[in-house]
Amino acid sequence: MVVAWVVIAPLLGGLLAGFDRILTARMQSRMGPPILQPFYDVLKLFSKRGVAVNNFQNFYMLCFLSFVIVTGILFFSGGDLLLTIFALAVAGVFFVLGAYSANSPYSNIGAERELIQMMSYEPMLILAAMGMFMVTKSFHVRDIMAHTTPLVYYLPGVFLGFLFILTIKLRKSPFDLSTSHHGHQELVKGITTEFSGSTLAVIEIAHWYENILLLGFVYLFFAFNPVIAILAVAATYILEVLIDNTYARLTWHFTVKSSWIVAGVLGVTNLIVLAFVVK
Amino acid sequence: MSFLKKSPWVLHYDGSSCNGCDIEVLACLTPVYDIERFGIVNTGNPKHADVLLITGSINEQNIDVVKNLYSQMPDPKVVAAIGICAATGGIFRECYNVKGGVDTVIPVDIYIPGCAARPESIIDGVVAALGVLEKKAEALHAMKASA
Amino acid sequence: MNIILFLLLFPAAVSLLFAILPPNSIRNTIVRLSCLLIAAGSIYAAIAFSGQGTFFFKAEFPHLDMLFFAADMILSIFLLYKCFGIKAKESYIPILILIQAGIMAYCELSGKVPEVAYPFYIDNFSIIMALIIGIIGSLICWYAVSYMKDYHHHHPEMKDRQRSFFFILFFFLSAMFGVVFSNNLMWLYFFWEVTTLSSFILIGYPKTEEAKRNAYRALGLNLTGGLGFALGLLYLVKFCPEHTVALARVIEMGPAVMLIPVVLISFAGIAKSAQMPFSSWLLGAMVAPTPVSALLHSSTMVKAGIFIIIKFAPVFQGTWAGYCIAMVGGITFLMTSIIAVTQSNAKRVLAYSTIANLGLIVACAGIGTYETVWAALMLTIFHAVSKGLLFLGVGSIEHKIGSRDIEDMDGLIVNRPGLAMVMLIGILGMFLAPFGMLISKWACLESFVTSSVSGMPTGVLIAVLLAFGSAPTLFFWTKWMGKIVAIPAVNAKGEGKVSTDEWIALGVLSVLTVATAGLFPLISAVSVEPYIVSVYHHTVTLTQGNIIIMAIMLSLLVLLPLAFLVYPKKPILVQRYLAGANTGTTNTYLGALGRNQEATMRNYYLSSLFKESSLTTTSVCATLAVLVAMFAVVKL
Repeated sequence: MVVAWVVIAPLLGGLLAGFDRILTARMQSRMGPPILQPFYDVLKLFSKRGVAVNNFQNFYMLCFLSFVIVTGILFFSGGDLLLTIFALAVAGVFFVLGAYSANSPYSNIGAERELIQMMSYEPMLILAAMGMFMVTKSFHVRDIMAHTTPLVYYLPGVFLGFLFILTIKLRKSPFDLSTSHHGHQELVKGITTEFSGSTLAVIEIAHWYENILLLGFVYLFFAFNPVIAILAVAATYILEVLIDNTYARLTWHFTVKSSWIVAGVLGVTNLIVLAFVVK
Repeated sequence: MSFLKKSPWVLHYDGSSCNGCDIEVLACLTPVYDIERFGIVNTGNPKHADVLLITGSINEQNIDVVKNLYSQMPDPKVVAAIGICAATGGIFRECYNVKGGVDTVIPVDIYIPGCAARPESIIDGVVAALGVLEKKAEALHAMKASA
Repeated sequence: MNIILFLLLFPAAVSLLFAILPPNSIRNTIVRLSCLLIAAGSIYAAIAFSGQGTFFFKAEFPHLDMLFFAADMILSIFLLYKCFGIKAKESYIPILILIQAGIMAYCELSGKVPEVAYPFYIDNFSIIMALIIGIIGSLICWYAVSYMKDYHHHHPEMKDRQRSFFFILFFFLSAMFGVVFSNNLMWLYFFWEVTTLSSFILIGYPKTEEAKRNAYRALGLNLTGGLGFALGLLYLVKFCPEHTVALARVIEMGPAVMLIPVVLISFAGIAKSAQMPFSSWLLGAMVAPTPVSALLHSSTMVKAGIFIIIKFAPVFQGTWAGYCIAMVGGITFLMTSIIAVTQSNAKRVLAYSTIANLGLIVACAGIGTYETVWAALMLTIFHAVSKGLLFLGVGSIEHKIGSRDIEDMDGLIVNRPGLAMVMLIGILGMFLAPFGMLISKWACLESFVTSSVSGMPTGVLIAVLLAFGSAPTLFFWTKWMGKIVAIPAVNAKGEGKVSTDEWIALGVLSVLTVATAGLFPLISAVSVEPYIVSVYHHTVTLTQGNIIIMAIMLSLLVLLPLAFLVYPKKPILVQRYLAGANTGTTNTYLGALGRNQEATMRNYYLSSLFKESSLTTTSVCATLAVLVAMFAVVKL
């Protein structure tokens, strides 16, 4: 399972990214690139002779990738969901520190915004894990997977809240504050501005891993039936691409306020009601 | 096989252009011409770019800027001068502040004439630039291998 | 028994020496030696008594009750004398002193105070606290030797009163040992008030107007708590059906009989650990010299507050009053974490973060199940080590760069790599997996969600507070780290060396931070679990799988930097992106009107979203309401 994650996840993630770009293009009445385009991008980046602004920044991104892989290993080997969330936070911190070490205005603001994004989605993520624990009495992914009743049935509010922050986590408009994958350049490239060549490729691959991990999380809500779960995951991702193309980028103010209010209203209410139901 | 040809990322810079060529470059990204089909992405960041598309001529103000942006691009890289102003200074060549075409400050690989250069020419030129890019990549690879 | 006597009396004896000796190298050597002896003493006590349950000791000397009462009265008179500098709004302070003295006198003179046959004890929790006081406390005192020399060098206008400084510092250590080893609550009260006194005098050390006002505020708020303690003792002496002032007995008797005095004494704990609504004194205390902030206001004295609440946790389990205490802790945790985001003064960030972590510990203790108490103990250990390290690091940094503002700390990793590493280890230890704080937070969540009171799933709310509160902690710690790791374009090594004394303290604490993270299963098995078993008769099992994960992550964190050193593939260095308008190698660019501009970068403080004053007011009101409710539901 571990080997499958380490080897297959980036392949799946790349295909997912390619699918994202094609879908976006079709929504914009364009053809779009071939589905393998993200792989071409990454392989091209590896062939470039990278530049940097200091000798240490690339190292942080290697740490970022390592910890994302570790997080995935944790999750897909059935481990503790809370630990997965915390390990993902460690990975995110390395990503941010790399941008900070570059010490340039764009990467700095990108890093601040990335941290604000992390602060926005963290409560809802923990609430989601809590909700799953309350239903299945376990934080372990293998127990949640084995649960026979549909989690989303008990956790509708939590699921909706999770969808909301998924937009933040997948870096889609209106919350793609820290870096923009699609080339709309508000902060040049924000957090990834001072990175190039193989390091940029490493960042891209780490994001692929992350996306697969997040979709795995969505899967958990429907884990009682694999077919429905896969369909739900696909539907979720298509919905996210649709939201990405429909909304303009909003402010960090709105990001924090809205995600915390959504987590508070949808997530907490669901959990309180659930607490009395599963007593 | 080099993936540079399959995924050329572009940095677009306006030297002192009247914006005519720039709008044509923009048109290439729109659904009618859609150069993303070829994997071309307009990054605004020299560190991410392989191809530098320059429009407009070089004047006293942007000599250092162009040199700076070119230096921040990682190898292998190519420069495509779009429009007659970027090639030779165009109709503004005699102006007191215009130094000339882009090749007065950085090496240019492809010249795309026109005023304004049409999207079809631009795409043609970029494809030719990719050929040059591939050759540069091979040379770089050979140099790294022998080092 | 001898080792307890040693730990109680030796620091006090040595403090008298420091009250006399001038700050020269002889005194410094004696300080260092004393630190070593105290640390050795606590380690000896730990080894001798660890893992074997609770040991009770008789007092060898007669009339100790009388002695403590007399000392209490002398302390009150001394405090009253110190009140001569108060302003009108601080006039509640002498009133509190008089009321407390009056209550204690009434208790003692009514002759109804019961004898405690075994007034001293040592169990695993005391050992943990003793190690914290003995090792971390001693390291801080060692650090203070050269720090205070620097301090007076930087503040020539301030009178050098190091004699009273070190006197109080070591006297305080004695009092702290007294708090953790006393089974007699009347004696514990005395030691408690000595820590209040120490805090008051040390905060006022700079003798500036600001320092004096903050010292009085600390005194007043801690005395308010102390009033609760005194009332609790009064209840035990006069009204309680079970007539005892023995701590062990109070805990044993449980909530049916002892909830009222326990709640009253825990009120004192809440004040001492600077929970809302009492947190303003801790923030004000940051004007004191850094060793004071490190020793009293993060690693040790405030731990006395949570020590007593954790001790009473078995009494709180399943009660509404305990739930109210947990609520106070939870609200404090959430609000102070958010407020810490808005602070740029390093010591204030550390202060707010301290209050937040103490809030989490209080929440754990208030819920009172065996899992939450396990988490509370682990949190206590990890917090004491990391926070002590951070405060001392900030102290050294402040002396070297002349500022305690985080915005001035950029480039630290190049200017002062050693200090930068220290800060990074401390910050990582505070919030990141696989370090201990994270482990405890994770344990907290699981136990909160499953806890309930009177069959109502009340723990969910506390868990929600934890979920929302941990997000801002990520933000303010990482942006601080970002400031430290930012590599400036111009490599300027800082001038002046950090002294050996400071390095010893910083080095040992750094090693301890990493070691406690790596050895946490061992610490849990040897110290914490035996205590849990002895109190709750239930073991806490750490799943094998999670321990392995932690080990993997820790080894990654340690090995990755090494890998970097071995394969330093240097990239081609180019300039930062400033739209091509760079002039020179730093962040200067050619701006409008042909001017050379510098691109300066500040952290985000989100002050438009989170206003310190309104957040403080809200949480003070909320926690006050909860405290009132707590006293109302005590009978339930």
